Amino acid sequence: MSYKKMAVIGDKDSVMLWRALGVETVFADEPGQVDRAINRLAREGTAVIYITEQCAQMVPETIRRYLTEPFPCIIPIPNKDGSRGYGVESIRKNVEKAVGADILL
Amino acid sequence: MAINVNPTRMELSRLKRRLKMAVRGHKLLKDKTDEMVRRFVLLVRKNMQLRVECEGALAAAMERFSNARAFMGDASINEALYYPVKNSEVLVGTKNIMSVYVPTIEQVQTDQEVELPYSFAFSSSELDGAVIDLSSLLTKLIELAEIEKSCDMLADEIEKTRRRVNALEYVMIPEMETSIRYIKMKLDENERGNLVRLMKVKDMLEQDRA
Repeated sequence: MSYKKMAVIGDKDSVMLWRALGVETVFADEPGQVDRAINRLAREGTAVIYITEQCAQMVPETIRRYLTEPFPCIIPIPNKDGSRGYGVESIRKNVEKAVGADILL
Repeated sequence: MAINVNPTRMELSRLKRRLKMAVRGHKLLKDKTDEMVRRFVLLVRKNMQLRVECEGALAAAMERFSNARAFMGDASINEALYYPVKNSEVLVGTKNIMSVYVPTIEQVQTDQEVELPYSFAFSSSELDGAVIDLSSLLTKLIELAEIEKSCDMLADEIEKTRRRVNALEYVMIPEMETSIRYIKMKLDENERGNLVRLMKVKDMLEQDRA
Protein backbone atom coordinates (compact mmCIF):
# COMPACT_ATOMS: atom_id res chain seq x y z
CA MET A 1 0.00 0.00 0.00
CA SER A 2 1.34 3.41 -0.84
CA TYR A 3 0.16 6.96 -1.31
CA LYS A 4 -0.21 8.18 -4.83
CA LYS A 5 -1.68 11.20 -6.50
CA MET A 6 -4.55 11.69 -8.89
CA ALA A 7 -4.69 13.77 -12.02
CA VAL A 8 -7.15 14.96 -14.60
CA ILE A 9 -6.51 15.75 -18.25
CA GLY A 10 -8.80 17.77 -20.47
CA ASP A 11 -9.66 21.12 -21.92
CA LYS A 12 -9.31 23.98 -19.50
CA ASP A 13 -12.99 24.69 -19.00
CA SER A 14 -13.76 21.11 -18.08
CA VAL A 15 -10.97 20.39 -15.65
CA MET A 16 -10.41 23.72 -13.91
CA LEU A 17 -12.90 22.80 -11.25
CA TRP A 18 -10.84 19.79 -10.15
CA ARG A 19 -8.14 22.11 -8.91
CA ALA A 20 -10.27 23.03 -5.96
CA LEU A 21 -9.94 19.45 -4.75
CA GLY A 22 -6.19 19.34 -5.08
CA VAL A 23 -6.22 17.00 -8.04
CA GLU A 24 -3.41 17.71 -10.46
CA THR A 25 -4.87 19.24 -13.60
CA VAL A 26 -3.30 19.15 -17.02
CA PHE A 27 -4.79 21.27 -19.78
CA ALA A 28 -4.58 19.64 -23.18
CA ASP A 29 -6.41 20.07 -26.47
CA GLU A 30 -4.21 18.22 -28.95
CA PRO A 31 -3.30 14.54 -29.29
CA GLY A 32 0.39 15.28 -28.76
CA GLN A 33 -0.22 17.13 -25.53
CA VAL A 34 -2.57 14.45 -24.22
CA ASP A 35 -0.13 11.70 -25.09
CA ARG A 36 2.76 13.46 -23.40
CA ALA A 37 0.67 14.25 -20.35
CA ILE A 38 -0.40 10.62 -19.90
CA ASN A 39 3.12 9.32 -20.25
CA ARG A 40 4.53 11.87 -17.86
CA LEU A 41 1.86 11.21 -15.23
CA ALA A 42 2.33 7.46 -15.58
CA ARG A 43 6.07 7.85 -15.08
CA GLU A 44 5.48 9.93 -12.00
CA GLY A 45 3.42 7.13 -10.55
CA THR A 46 -0.03 8.66 -10.71
CA ALA A 47 -2.66 6.18 -9.55
CA VAL A 48 -5.74 7.56 -11.25
CA ILE A 49 -5.93 9.70 -14.36
CA TYR A 50 -9.33 11.06 -15.24
CA ILE A 51 -9.47 12.13 -18.83
CA THR A 52 -12.23 13.83 -20.75
CA GLU A 53 -13.84 11.69 -23.41
CA GLN A 54 -12.72 14.08 -26.12
CA CYS A 55 -9.11 13.71 -25.10
CA ALA A 56 -9.44 9.97 -24.61
CA GLN A 57 -10.67 9.58 -28.18
CA MET A 58 -7.56 11.35 -29.46
CA VAL A 59 -5.10 8.83 -28.06
CA PRO A 60 -6.54 5.29 -28.17
CA GLU A 61 -3.06 3.81 -28.60
CA THR A 62 -1.67 5.36 -25.47
CA ILE A 63 -4.67 4.31 -23.44
CA ARG A 64 -4.43 0.77 -24.70
CA ARG A 65 -0.82 0.59 -23.62
CA TYR A 66 -1.74 1.16 -19.98
CA LEU A 67 -4.87 -0.99 -20.14
CA THR A 68 -3.40 -4.16 -18.74
CA GLU A 69 -1.32 -2.63 -15.96
CA PRO A 70 -2.84 -1.96 -12.56
CA PHE A 71 -1.62 1.64 -12.57
CA PRO A 72 -2.38 4.18 -13.77
CA CYS A 73 -6.14 3.74 -14.09
CA ILE A 74 -7.18 5.91 -17.00
CA ILE A 75 -10.84 6.72 -16.60
CA PRO A 76 -12.86 8.64 -19.19
CA ILE A 77 -15.20 11.30 -17.84
CA PRO A 78 -17.64 13.59 -19.62
CA ASN A 79 -16.44 17.11 -20.34
CA LYS A 80 -18.38 20.32 -19.96
CA ASP A 81 -20.68 19.51 -22.87
CA GLY A 82 -21.85 16.27 -21.31
CA SER A 83 -21.14 12.67 -22.16
CA ARG A 84 -20.62 11.34 -25.66
CA GLY A 85 -21.10 7.80 -24.46
CA TYR A 86 -17.45 6.88 -24.88
CA GLY A 87 -17.16 5.54 -21.33
CA VAL A 88 -20.27 3.40 -21.58
CA GLU A 89 -19.11 2.20 -24.97
CA SER A 90 -15.80 1.02 -23.55
CA ILE A 91 -17.61 -0.95 -20.84
CA ARG A 92 -19.71 -2.61 -23.53
CA LYS A 93 -16.58 -3.49 -25.45
CA ASN A 94 -15.15 -5.11 -22.35
CA VAL A 95 -18.27 -7.19 -21.91
CA GLU A 96 -18.20 -8.30 -25.50
CA LYS A 97 -14.55 -9.20 -25.23
CA ALA A 98 -15.02 -11.24 -22.08
CA VAL A 99 -18.41 -12.85 -22.48
CA GLY A 100 -18.75 -12.85 -26.23
CA ALA A 101 -22.09 -11.08 -26.28
CA ASP A 102 -23.52 -7.87 -24.96
CA ILE A 103 -25.43 -9.02 -21.91
CA LEU A 104 -25.94 -5.66 -20.22
CA LEU A 105 -28.41 -4.01 -22.58
CA MET B 1 -2.42 -33.19 -40.64
CA ALA B 2 1.12 -34.33 -41.16
CA ILE B 3 2.23 -36.84 -38.61
CA ASN B 4 5.93 -36.50 -38.03
CA VAL B 5 6.59 -38.53 -34.94
CA ASN B 6 8.84 -41.52 -34.54
CA PRO B 7 6.67 -44.60 -34.08
CA THR B 8 8.52 -45.85 -31.05
CA ARG B 9 7.44 -46.93 -27.60
CA MET B 10 9.42 -44.09 -26.05
CA GLU B 11 7.58 -41.54 -28.14
CA LEU B 12 4.27 -43.21 -27.35
CA SER B 13 4.69 -43.03 -23.60
CA ARG B 14 5.96 -39.45 -23.86
CA LEU B 15 2.93 -38.44 -25.89
CA LYS B 16 0.58 -40.17 -23.48
CA ARG B 17 2.10 -38.23 -20.60
CA ARG B 18 1.75 -34.98 -22.47
CA LEU B 19 -1.84 -35.73 -23.38
CA LYS B 20 -2.70 -36.37 -19.75
CA MET B 21 -1.09 -33.08 -18.80
CA ALA B 22 -2.90 -31.20 -21.58
CA VAL B 23 -6.27 -32.59 -20.53
CA ARG B 24 -5.64 -31.60 -16.94
CA GLY B 25 -4.48 -28.14 -17.97
CA HIS B 26 -7.50 -27.74 -20.17
CA LYS B 27 -9.85 -28.57 -17.36
CA LEU B 28 -8.13 -26.19 -14.96
CA LEU B 29 -8.08 -23.32 -17.45
CA LYS B 30 -11.70 -23.89 -18.30
CA ASP B 31 -12.65 -23.70 -14.63
CA LYS B 32 -10.57 -20.56 -14.35
CA THR B 33 -12.39 -18.85 -17.22
CA ASP B 34 -15.75 -19.82 -15.80
CA GLU B 35 -14.97 -18.31 -12.44
CA MET B 36 -13.44 -15.21 -13.98
CA VAL B 37 -16.48 -14.65 -16.14
CA ARG B 38 -18.71 -14.98 -13.10
CA ARG B 39 -16.70 -12.37 -11.18
CA PHE B 40 -16.46 -10.18 -14.24
CA VAL B 41 -20.20 -10.09 -14.74
CA LEU B 42 -20.74 -9.04 -11.13
CA LEU B 43 -18.11 -6.32 -11.43
CA VAL B 44 -19.20 -5.02 -14.77
CA ARG B 45 -22.81 -4.62 -13.64
CA LYS B 46 -21.59 -2.45 -10.80
CA ASN B 47 -19.28 -0.63 -13.16
CA MET B 48 -22.11 0.29 -15.51
CA GLN B 49 -24.31 1.47 -12.70
CA LEU B 50 -21.54 3.57 -11.15
CA ARG B 51 -20.57 5.07 -14.46
CA VAL B 52 -24.08 6.18 -15.30
CA GLU B 53 -24.41 7.69 -11.83
CA CYS B 54 -21.08 9.47 -11.98
CA GLU B 55 -21.59 10.83 -15.45
CA GLY B 56 -24.93 12.30 -14.48
CA ALA B 57 -23.58 13.91 -11.32
CA LEU B 58 -20.46 15.13 -13.02
CA ALA B 59 -22.42 16.75 -15.81
CA ALA B 60 -24.49 18.55 -13.18
CA ALA B 61 -21.37 19.79 -11.41
CA MET B 62 -19.91 20.98 -14.70
CA GLU B 63 -23.07 22.86 -15.45
CA ARG B 64 -22.94 24.63 -12.11
CA PHE B 65 -19.34 25.45 -12.78
CA SER B 66 -20.08 27.00 -16.13
CA ASN B 67 -22.83 29.03 -14.49
CA ALA B 68 -20.30 30.24 -11.96
CA ARG B 69 -17.94 31.08 -14.77
CA ALA B 70 -20.63 33.11 -16.44
CA PHE B 71 -21.27 34.98 -13.19
CA MET B 72 -17.70 35.62 -12.19
CA GLY B 73 -15.73 35.84 -15.38
CA ASP B 74 -12.64 33.90 -16.37
CA ALA B 75 -10.11 35.98 -14.50
CA SER B 76 -11.64 35.70 -11.09
CA ILE B 77 -12.38 31.99 -11.55
CA ASN B 78 -8.74 31.41 -12.33
CA GLU B 79 -7.74 33.47 -9.36
CA ALA B 80 -10.01 31.51 -7.07
CA LEU B 81 -8.93 28.08 -8.22
CA TYR B 82 -5.35 28.42 -9.29
CA TYR B 83 -3.80 27.59 -5.97
CA PRO B 84 -5.12 24.40 -4.44
CA VAL B 85 -5.15 24.31 -0.66
CA LYS B 86 -4.85 20.61 -0.35
CA ASN B 87 -3.42 17.71 -2.20
CA SER B 88 -5.69 14.83 -2.94
CA GLU B 89 -3.91 11.57 -2.49
CA VAL B 90 -5.15 8.06 -2.58
CA LEU B 91 -3.96 4.93 -0.87
CA VAL B 92 -3.31 2.28 -3.46
CA GLY B 93 -2.52 -1.40 -3.43
CA THR B 94 -3.23 -4.47 -5.48
CA LYS B 95 -5.66 -7.30 -5.01
CA ASN B 96 -5.56 -10.72 -6.56
CA ILE B 97 -8.66 -11.82 -8.44
CA MET B 98 -8.02 -15.23 -10.00
CA SER B 99 -4.33 -14.40 -10.33
CA VAL B 100 -5.01 -11.08 -12.00
CA TYR B 101 -3.53 -8.28 -9.96
CA VAL B 102 -6.09 -5.53 -9.93
CA PRO B 103 -5.72 -2.21 -8.15
CA THR B 104 -7.39 -1.18 -4.93
CA ILE B 105 -7.78 2.51 -4.34
CA GLU B 106 -8.89 4.19 -1.14
CA GLN B 107 -9.56 7.78 -0.48
CA VAL B 108 -7.30 9.20 2.18
CA GLN B 109 -9.14 12.31 3.25
CA THR B 110 -12.55 11.45 4.50
CA ASP B 111 -13.31 14.74 6.21
CA GLN B 112 -16.88 15.68 5.64
CA GLU B 113 -16.17 19.39 5.70
CA VAL B 114 -15.22 20.67 2.29
CA GLU B 115 -12.61 23.36 2.39
CA LEU B 116 -13.14 25.99 -0.23
CA PRO B 117 -9.78 27.24 -1.39
CA TYR B 118 -10.83 30.83 -2.05
CA SER B 119 -12.36 33.76 -0.28
CA PHE B 120 -16.09 34.14 -0.40
CA ALA B 121 -15.96 37.84 -1.09
CA PHE B 122 -15.27 37.56 -4.80
CA SER B 123 -16.87 34.28 -5.73
CA SER B 124 -20.40 33.28 -6.53
CA SER B 125 -22.28 30.67 -4.56
CA GLU B 126 -22.63 28.61 -7.73
CA LEU B 127 -18.91 27.98 -7.58
CA ASP B 128 -19.19 26.80 -3.97
CA GLY B 129 -21.95 24.46 -5.07
CA ALA B 130 -19.91 23.08 -7.95
CA VAL B 131 -16.89 22.43 -5.74
CA ILE B 132 -18.97 20.78 -3.03
CA ASP B 133 -20.78 18.63 -5.61
CA LEU B 134 -17.55 17.48 -7.10
CA SER B 135 -15.87 16.72 -3.82
CA SER B 136 -18.81 14.67 -2.61
CA LEU B 137 -18.62 12.83 -5.89
CA LEU B 138 -14.96 12.04 -5.45
CA THR B 139 -15.50 8.90 -3.38
CA LYS B 140 -17.71 7.48 -6.11
CA LEU B 141 -15.27 8.47 -8.81
CA ILE B 142 -12.45 6.70 -7.04
CA GLU B 143 -14.56 3.59 -6.67
CA LEU B 144 -15.39 3.85 -10.36
CA ALA B 145 -11.70 4.02 -11.21
CA GLU B 146 -10.97 0.91 -9.18
CA ILE B 147 -13.82 -1.11 -10.61
CA GLU B 148 -13.40 0.01 -14.18
CA LYS B 149 -9.73 -0.87 -14.16
CA SER B 150 -10.50 -4.27 -12.65
CA CYS B 151 -13.02 -4.87 -15.43
CA ASP B 152 -10.52 -3.85 -18.11
CA MET B 153 -7.89 -6.19 -16.76
CA LEU B 154 -10.27 -9.08 -16.16
CA ALA B 155 -11.73 -8.79 -19.64
CA ASP B 156 -8.28 -8.96 -21.11
CA GLU B 157 -7.29 -11.94 -19.00
CA ILE B 158 -10.52 -13.78 -19.81
CA GLU B 159 -9.88 -13.34 -23.50
CA LYS B 160 -6.36 -14.69 -23.14
CA THR B 161 -7.39 -17.67 -21.05
CA ARG B 162 -10.21 -18.49 -23.42
CA ARG B 163 -7.74 -18.59 -26.28
CA ARG B 164 -5.57 -20.97 -24.35
CA VAL B 165 -8.53 -23.21 -23.59
CA ASN B 166 -9.56 -23.28 -27.23
CA ALA B 167 -6.04 -23.94 -28.42
CA LEU B 168 -5.80 -26.90 -26.09
CA GLU B 169 -9.25 -28.21 -26.85
CA TYR B 170 -9.28 -27.91 -30.63
CA VAL B 171 -5.63 -28.13 -31.61
CA MET B 172 -3.26 -29.64 -29.08
CA ILE B 173 -5.39 -32.44 -27.69
CA PRO B 174 -6.77 -33.75 -31.04
CA GLU B 175 -3.30 -33.58 -32.55
CA MET B 176 -1.82 -35.63 -29.77
CA GLU B 177 -4.63 -38.15 -29.96
CA THR B 178 -4.06 -38.72 -33.68
CA SER B 179 -0.33 -39.06 -33.09
CA ILE B 180 -0.92 -41.64 -30.39
CA ARG B 181 -3.28 -43.57 -32.61
CA TYR B 182 -0.76 -43.47 -35.44
CA ILE B 183 2.04 -44.78 -33.26
CA LYS B 184 -0.14 -47.56 -31.89
CA MET B 185 -1.14 -48.66 -35.41
CA LYS B 186 2.42 -48.57 -36.58
CA LEU B 187 3.66 -50.59 -33.61
CA ASP B 188 0.92 -53.17 -34.08
CA GLU B 189 1.72 -53.41 -37.74
CA ASN B 190 5.40 -53.99 -36.97
CA GLU B 191 4.42 -56.66 -34.49
CA ARG B 192 2.31 -58.46 -37.06
CA GLY B 193 5.04 -58.14 -39.66
CA ASN B 194 7.49 -59.69 -37.26
CA LEU B 195 5.17 -62.56 -36.47
CA VAL B 196 4.55 -63.36 -40.11
CA ARG B 197 8.26 -63.25 -40.80
CA LEU B 198 8.94 -65.71 -37.98
CA MET B 199 6.25 -68.07 -39.26
CA LYS B 200 7.67 -67.90 -42.74
CA VAL B 201 11.19 -68.64 -41.48
CA LYS B 202 9.86 -71.56 -39.49
CA ASP B 203 8.10 -72.93 -42.60
CA MET B 204 11.24 -72.58 -44.64
CA LEU B 205 13.28 -74.39 -42.00
CA GLU B 206 10.76 -77.25 -41.89
CA GLN B 207 10.86 -77.53 -45.68
CA ASP B 208 14.65 -77.65 -45.63
CA ARG B 209 14.63 -80.41 -43.07
CA ALA B 210 12.10 -82.48 -45.01
